[in-house]
Amino acid sequence: MTRLNTYDAAMAAYEPVLGIETHIELDTNTKMFCGCSTVFGAEPNTQVCPVCLALPGALPVANKAAVEATIKIGLALNCSIAEWTRFARKNYFYPDMPKNFQTSQHEEPLCEDGFVDVVVDGESHRIEIERVHLEEDTGKTLHVGGAAGRIHGATESLVDYNRAGIPLVEIVTRPVPGTGALAPEVARAYAAELRDIVRSLGVSDVRMEQGSMRCDVNVSLNRPGEEWGTRTETKNVNSLRSVERSVRYEIRRQSALLDAGDKILQETRHFHEATGETSPGRSKEEATDYRYFPEPDLAVMEPSRAWVEELRATLPEPPRKRRERLQAAWALGDKEMQSVVNADAVELIEATIAAGSSASGAVKWWLGELSRRANESGVELDALDIAPSQVAELQGMVDDGRLNDKLARQVIDGVLSGEGGPAEVAAARGLEVVSDTGALEAAVDEAIAANPDAADKIRGGKHAAAGALIGAVMKSTKGQADAGTVRRIILDKLS
Amino acid sequence: MSDRIIDKAAAELAADIREGRLTSVEVTTAFLDRIDAVDGTVGAFLHVDREGALAAAREADAAVAAGESVSPLAGVPIAVKDVVVTKGLPTTAASKILEGWIPPYDATIVERVKAARMPILGKTNLDEFAMGSSTEFSAYGRTANPWDTGRIPGGSGGGSAAAVAAKMAPLAIGTDTGGSIRQPSAVTGTFGAKPTYGSNSRYGVIAFSSSLDTPGPVSRNALDAALLHEVISGHDPRDSTAVDAPVPPVAEAARLGATGDLSGVTLGVVTELTAGSDAAEPGVVEAYRAGIDQLVKLGAQIREVSCPSFVHALAAYYLIAPAEASSNLARYDGVRYGLRAGDDGERGLEEVMSLTREVGFGPEVKRRILLGTYALSAGYIDRFYGQAQKVRTLVKRDFEAAFEQVDALVSPTTPFTAFKFGEHSEDLYRMYLADLYTVPANLYGGPGVSVPVGLAEGLPVGFQVMGPVMGDDIAYRVAAALESTQEPLLADTAPEIEGK
Repeated sequence: MTRLNTYDAAMAAYEPVLGIETHIELDTNTKMFCGCSTVFGAEPNTQVCPVCLALPGALPVANKAAVEATIKIGLALNCSIAEWTRFARKNYFYPDMPKNFQTSQHEEPLCEDGFVDVVVDGESHRIEIERVHLEEDTGKTLHVGGAAGRIHGATESLVDYNRAGIPLVEIVTRPVPGTGALAPEVARAYAAELRDIVRSLGVSDVRMEQGSMRCDVNVSLNRPGEEWGTRTETKNVNSLRSVERSVRYEIRRQSALLDAGDKILQETRHFHEATGETSPGRSKEEATDYRYFPEPDLAVMEPSRAWVEELRATLPEPPRKRRERLQAAWALGDKEMQSVVNADAVELIEATIAAGSSASGAVKWWLGELSRRANESGVELDALDIAPSQVAELQGMVDDGRLNDKLARQVIDGVLSGEGGPAEVAAARGLEVVSDTGALEAAVDEAIAANPDAADKIRGGKHAAAGALIGAVMKSTKGQADAGTVRRIILDKLS
Repeated sequence: MSDRIIDKAAAELAADIREGRLTSVEVTTAFLDRIDAVDGTVGAFLHVDREGALAAAREADAAVAAGESVSPLAGVPIAVKDVVVTKGLPTTAASKILEGWIPPYDATIVERVKAARMPILGKTNLDEFAMGSSTEFSAYGRTANPWDTGRIPGGSGGGSAAAVAAKMAPLAIGTDTGGSIRQPSAVTGTFGAKPTYGSNSRYGVIAFSSSLDTPGPVSRNALDAALLHEVISGHDPRDSTAVDAPVPPVAEAARLGATGDLSGVTLGVVTELTAGSDAAEPGVVEAYRAGIDQLVKLGAQIREVSCPSFVHALAAYYLIAPAEASSNLARYDGVRYGLRAGDDGERGLEEVMSLTREVGFGPEVKRRILLGTYALSAGYIDRFYGQAQKVRTLVKRDFEAAFEQVDALVSPTTPFTAFKFGEHSEDLYRMYLADLYTVPANLYGGPGVSVPVGLAEGLPVGFQVMGPVMGDDIAYRVAAALESTQEPLLADTAPEIEGK
């Protein structure tokens, strides 16, 4: 049983140092070193060729679009771009790595020396970027016959090479000391910021849950004033929440070991979503010697300064600046804006406002009802079958008093099930608010007659009792009345 | 001597086919029959593709008959070293680890040979993965030297050289990493050329050492090699290290050389490759000096040049080539193709991979993988691989300085004539010395050709001409000029092979 300290106890005695290596799959049309398609989810081993299967004699050719995307990432992370750079071979045996070496970069990365600023609790932290380099992904091994896809007990191992050779960008931070108790949040904020930056560049879909962005999170602890401790590396953490939780867990686990006078093993660890724990992976005691050497099958790259400047000119507004601008324009508080960001709703809200909605209306729908629907169906917000222009249209109908919130939610049902736009759905389902005051007054009279006790209370000044009558009216009008109007009529009649 | 088809050179056969005196089917059949007759004795071929060759020959004949404009070698059959990938034809690199593998694609140079309508006779033997100087390291048996079947045909491309020397093919494709085209050519009395690195695509050439491997022609004479050189050479977008520049006019240079006029040409004799080189046999030195005398008679100026780094070239080569090989050969793991050993349902993946390599690789390949792995290891890489790269830079500088003074450099191709089977098996250093004179051109990247320069004790001696990078034409010109002063070895002097 792993002993854990409480987080507070850990932070009272130790200071954490973070380090994060992030792998991002680029969404180029073709692989890093051959012309194979990179589309996710194809039948196994249908997107392969002599090059990415490492058949004898096959040779790589570098994908220029991937180099360009990496330079853009480097520029967006404030890096300098190498004038002379080359690939290197990282040699180790692994069944899903066709060549048994990974074509990567070693001493001469494409981009170096950048930084990202992240804000946590109103405090800015600078995360220094050591390097950004380009490499290739491996295939995927599936173990069949054993328990839960584990190699242990498996009767067969199947390898799918569709992913082998997909361009991967690796972004490595320098060690990050000085975050104190905020370390888990800073780690998460960095991963989120990195994701937003890369997404804004349009070079990857950066979906952590699909593995197109994965973080290896390094954590060490030291007592104040002492040297940095031995680090562990939690591999392939695949959500923002898990980044935060894995740091928190490692701090609790390592501090308990250190308290007991034990040593931290330098090792890779795995994070388990279900329990929030990490467990040991391969120990680095038998440190792998990757025997890096310059890749002799690929030419040296010398990105011209003109090209780099051309790419710099195409960079979009940095996500952080954009968020600050939008937050001001939408008049949102910090917390609210954070929710918008966390829900990945910035673009959607922006588009909804552009289509004529008020800012508050757009925020309300996307963060409220629509986020709930997305959660229920387990899809991303932007994958819902409703366009920002339709949300704007819906809000317009609410503003005009033609829909109330309840009706609007039914209209959303219709839109999501493909019945057409909000106006069409409202018309087809007969979901307009009853604005005929004559009809409403009759309904109110009926409700007063049916609920004499409530009516008496209102007459006696207890306006809160109006709720029962409003409910009755809404019921009899099948929800198509505007609750405010009904309330006004009731109070007019009874006071 | 005779009108036998197999005695004719490739250029002559091509003309006969073009002008209707022979058909490609007749020519191809003659060589296939010759293979049937004598390859039991020589053992040059690992695989013969009679049907495929004849089908290609019929297509070549049809193209000629239809008056299509065809390449200068259309209809002339060719043998291909079995380290070059051929679609649908077994390709083994003479290794057990690739036994049974049928490639799904053609190497670029094979595509070009096919496009030139040259029938492929079959695949020739070599030292496993092109590592060796005698072809004794083939996993599929020995190849004999047609001049003396008790002797080696050189290596690694002993099969290609022996096939041409025994008149089983008028032309062959070889690959040269440290001398694997030139040294076999030298000891079999054939002509062999290592082109400028990158001028012939490596796509589909099974890698030994990526920064050194260069495919090139083996033939009976300079013009035939030059014609084949022009067929297979040229830029290939699938090879990032390919040179994107026009192919030097080597056929024109070979014809110019054959006129026997070298006035205005300055040749450099490399001090470090000749004087005081006790590695070279006296007979080799004698034939080489006679060659120099001939070149002087043709009008060449001779100047001695010093290339001090050349004395370290062989050592550097034996670090760089194994280092790259240790990585290039990592892909042979039994997972995707070729041999898989020990997959009994009990052993784990990594164990099967390891066992496959244990069983699949021969001793020389294992030795070089170990050597290369060591040379790249943490703590040693600077001392070994790093130092070797520095030597390589110095070798390049020596060549560049030399070519400021001279048009081409000359040397013997290899220090000794064909040795007996097993003679150097116990003394690998002696075996490695076979590449002493050929390795510098590989480290530099420039062209080197080997042309026969007579016999020493009845065995052929090769004369090497090295040119500047992309200066393949001057090497062909000088070699062709020297050739014009020599008895045509294979036509008149070579012993007739008897079939078994």
